Amino acid sequence: MALNTEKNMYTVVFACIMVIVVGSLLAYLAMGLKPRIEENERFEKQQNILYAMGVNENEGEGSVNFIPTTEVESVFTQFITEQLVISGGEITKDDEAYLIDMKKQLDALKRGNPARLPVFIGEKDGKKYHIIPMYGKGLWDAIWGFVALDDQLIVQGIYFDHKQETPGLGANIKMRYFMDDFIGEQILDGERYVGIAVVKGNNDPLNNIKDDNEVDALAGATITGNGVSAMIRESVNLYRNYFESIRSN
Amino acid sequence: MALLSKKDTNLILDPLADNNPITIQVLGICSALAITAELKASVVMALSVIFVLGVGNVVISFMRNMIPNKIRIIVQLIVVATLVIIVDQVLKAFAYELSKTLSVFVGLIITNCIIMGRFEAFALGNGPWKAFLDGIGNALGYGVILIIVGFFRELLGSGTLFGFKVLGDPVTKTGLYATGYENNGFMIIPPAALIVVGIIIWLQRSKNRALIEEN
Repeated sequence: MALNTEKNMYTVVFACIMVIVVGSLLAYLAMGLKPRIEENERFEKQQNILYAMGVNENEGEGSVNFIPTTEVESVFTQFITEQLVISGGEITKDDEAYLIDMKKQLDALKRGNPARLPVFIGEKDGKKYHIIPMYGKGLWDAIWGFVALDDQLIVQGIYFDHKQETPGLGANIKMRYFMDDFIGEQILDGERYVGIAVVKGNNDPLNNIKDDNEVDALAGATITGNGVSAMIRESVNLYRNYFESIRSN
Repeated sequence: MALLSKKDTNLILDPLADNNPITIQVLGICSALAITAELKASVVMALSVIFVLGVGNVVISFMRNMIPNKIRIIVQLIVVATLVIIVDQVLKAFAYELSKTLSVFVGLIITNCIIMGRFEAFALGNGPWKAFLDGIGNALGYGVILIIVGFFRELLGSGTLFGFKVLGDPVTKTGLYATGYENNGFMIIPPAALIVVGIIIWLQRSKNRALIEEN
């Protein structure tokens, strides 16, 4: 080809064409796939909330199995009886509360603006669950999850997820053996909202002691573990007034 | 006619052993340290790199006579980044679960020096078919080391392979653990990967002395 690729003009034109081609390709792709991706994210949230209250397809020990995406929407409406939004001191019903982005709400709180905090009321086998979202920081990026509590703030189930914790180390917070350790643990220590700390060397690797507000840490994931402890403590404290009202009933 | 000539076969086989990107060229060490704590992550990373390097090499090779020399590194970066984003978006839409496992690797693939290294050293000077083979070969060479390191780190560090407890249960003390064996916690932190890679380099060079550098 008789192109002079050394010329400045050529370089500029090439760069422009490249940017336009790549930009429109990616924009087109993003637009085309957006509805599908949003639907997947919606299903995922429903699966996570249901997972926290113990509505999942787990068998024995082993891996995390959600309700399949094909059924999750109907199962969600079956088990989640109410979706509430706490804003200021007021509690309102909102059937799309599960779509609330916790990151945005926490940012709003930080700036002193009112936030909309969702609570999901689940019912399974006659038992009532209060499920709240959690959002915090791991080692590299965001971590989040849902925790299902009973009237006495005892953990009935928990789900964690992360954006990019290290595979094999911090990423193990979403493993069953870690999440299952939280079941039965208490958020309260007497009247204090202490949450549950992820600690090393609590001499309870099988996690038989349930009233110590502690679970055994993951090896090689100290900072992610500390992030989980902080996330639980801060999240339950956001809902303190709500919990006080259900405890006094 | 054979599908691959001898030269073509060498493009794939060389990086697997005597010209391995990790153990000989010492490229891509960063991701080899970061994600080899478990075998599954190593395999997923290896597959992702095979795809990105194979396709990326072909794209760069097709454009090799058009790319202005002054901005070739930027063009290469754009090609890698675009490919990675496309893969990520398509997975998010059609294989959401898989995309969540992979999302950690997306950033790491872009920064993988092997990819930029092959674009620079090979794809800019060779035709698409050769570039494709070179890309696949180097990515395989990278993947093999990743999987070896991941195998030893997961086995010795956690006593599992692909998450299965192959050595028994460390908490209830069954299998090998009944004899007093303990997992080596050091293996799951990143410096352990350097030691495993070091041992591989040592073994490889003691078997093939031609690989030992003069100084």
